[in-house]
Amino acid sequence: MKSRKLAGMSPVIPIFLCLIIAIILPLIFKSDLLLSILCEIGIMAIFALSYNMLLGQTGLLSFGHAVYYGIGAFGTIHTLNILKHHSFISISMLPLIGGLTALLLAIIFGFVSTKKSGTTFSMITLGLGEMVHSCSVLIPDFFGGEGGISGNRMIMKPDVFGISYGPQIQFYFLVLVWLIISAFFMFFITKTPLGKMANAVRDNHERAEFIGYNPQKVRFYMTVLSGFFAGISGGLTALNYEIVTAETLNAGTSGIVLLMSFVGGIGSFFGPIIGAVVITMMKIFVGGLSKAWLLYLGILFITMVLFIPGGIAGILKSQSILWSKVSPLKLIPKYLISCIPIICASLGVILVIEMTYVFLGNDTNVSQAHLMIAGLTINTSNIFPWIASVGAIVIGKKLFELYWHYSWVPLFDILDKP
Amino acid sequence: MEFLLTTIWNGLSYGLLLFMLSSGLTLIFSMMGVLNFAHASFYMLGAYFAYQISNWIGFWPALIIAPICVGILGSLIEKYALRRAHKYGHVAELLFTFGLTFLIEESVHLIWGRSAVDYRIPALLDFSLFNVFDTSYPAYKGFMMLVSIGMLLALYLFITKTRIGLIIQAALSKPEMVEALGHNVPMTFSLVFGGGVALAALAGVIGGNAFITEPGMAAAVGSIVFVVVVVGGLGSLIGAFIASLLIGFLQTVFVSLPTTFFDLGHFLGLPIIQSSGLGKLTLTELVPLLPYLLMVGILVFRPKGIMGTRES
Repeated sequence: MKSRKLAGMSPVIPIFLCLIIAIILPLIFKSDLLLSILCEIGIMAIFALSYNMLLGQTGLLSFGHAVYYGIGAFGTIHTLNILKHHSFISISMLPLIGGLTALLLAIIFGFVSTKKSGTTFSMITLGLGEMVHSCSVLIPDFFGGEGGISGNRMIMKPDVFGISYGPQIQFYFLVLVWLIISAFFMFFITKTPLGKMANAVRDNHERAEFIGYNPQKVRFYMTVLSGFFAGISGGLTALNYEIVTAETLNAGTSGIVLLMSFVGGIGSFFGPIIGAVVITMMKIFVGGLSKAWLLYLGILFITMVLFIPGGIAGILKSQSILWSKVSPLKLIPKYLISCIPIICASLGVILVIEMTYVFLGNDTNVSQAHLMIAGLTINTSNIFPWIASVGAIVIGKKLFELYWHYSWVPLFDILDKP
Repeated sequence: MEFLLTTIWNGLSYGLLLFMLSSGLTLIFSMMGVLNFAHASFYMLGAYFAYQISNWIGFWPALIIAPICVGILGSLIEKYALRRAHKYGHVAELLFTFGLTFLIEESVHLIWGRSAVDYRIPALLDFSLFNVFDTSYPAYKGFMMLVSIGMLLALYLFITKTRIGLIIQAALSKPEMVEALGHNVPMTFSLVFGGGVALAALAGVIGGNAFITEPGMAAAVGSIVFVVVVVGGLGSLIGAFIASLLIGFLQTVFVSLPTTFFDLGHFLGLPIIQSSGLGKLTLTELVPLLPYLLMVGILVFRPKGIMGTRES
């Protein structure tokens, strides 16, 4: 009974809430930006979930997962272009074609990559990813060269329900349906013997071998299945943008999905969805404000790896365990106080980066002395702002450590006591 | 004959450069079990540091100072961050070094901009060493080979003949025992990481001006270095050496082959249409693909690599 309580809040209620928000949000706010962000998030969520089948569930760190995503996208867009008007298959089912294309590729690639586990697996996936990327330059007929391959998702007549996927909102609900279906099946896989064996292979492949399972086969099946779901998300991307370029399968995309899964939390099933939401928002909002957004993402990622290996889902999990003992209302002041040093240090980091950008002026080729930020003008040739921002980082870090030690650690100690 | 000589000259200089990179990677891996994903990023940092230092005080001091700076940076990263990631296991370490590639690339964008910098071969070495059959052999390539071979010889002597080298070798196989004998193993780890990274930086110093110094250079060479390590067999220095030279030669040979697949098909009696995509493809265009094809081939037929000893 006690262990049940310590497992934290059941995720069923938050998931339902999220689902309702995901359905209602585009109906209330009729904004194109919101819709396109939501579509992107939905697609990336499937992709990140499929990635976590490898990283979180089987312990395989892949640096070439975008290969399946990209090939699914190309498979879908080619099918779309071939089908044109003889429509014996509905647009709604096209992502499945993407999934199957990726599945085929995953069978071939999985044969090579899953021969090894651990570090070697990572290097092989990286190599395979680079190989496909080089191929994309060599075979412009299939990969579309520089311009990519475009298609039109509105080639079919509206079906019985009047759905033509012309309006973005109709397409958004298609993404949502695919997300629910894929998430359901991926969750189902974690409950099957294969999913359990994947966890066993992750934790100790020798013991898995002792009870009669071939770890290589388990890795292979997981790679193939995860490739399939990555292909589905690729197919949705193809339909969403109606253009596919070789960029979808390069190392950058593989890196982003890794970041999403990890930042969201690889330890829990739904963590990668959180990561997909956070990083897509960051890409759109921070990317719009600063050229250094990848640097911020890198810093966030490294901080997570070093200090919060459970990701955002890990934080939520440990906090929800706390809520079962201590009233959440009592914790609110603690949250607010914890935020102060974090904000202080983050502001310091942002200022240092932005001031360096302006001071060196390599990006704009114009060396300016003044940084305009949030209505303020900062003279970067003056030493004082530099000292202040570095000081903010140091003080923020120190304060957080102190507060953590004196305020949070005793709280977690209460949990450990019987 | 001329073709052969040119190929050997270029292949050897490129292969040795690859080996300088992969030897550091292999050393770090076999000692600490960490695959330094950011290894090529340190190669890039070496090139950029050398560019900056040679702007200030000239190329020759840069040749020594840049690798040392990068080495110190590497040791600090190992001491203050990588050791922390080590607690969470191998995946966390790999993830950390992966994040490091992001940070280093973006920092390079921040400091030196997004386009290539003008890092040139020193005027002293910018002449042709000798001419054989109308082909000139640039002296800088000879210098590159000299530095690589000298460096590797020094490394070999350091590891086998000095006291620290012997401790490193011992710590490779039995770290706990070495620690029990009173040696500071964590510091040795820092030293090896710094040293391996400095080796990559040196490769960057001499490779950056021979090729091009730009923010994409780490990604371009990084995946090839991993292929070298996989093909050679993880943790084997000799394997890495063979694989580096193999890839160096293979790429140089293919670069100078304008043969199309149509010609090849004609020669082998295969029906390949001249105007088709495949028929127009030349062997030169296959160069970027070669290392990866080699890797796949090795993995299918000899999964432990050329000189590898472990299966998994």
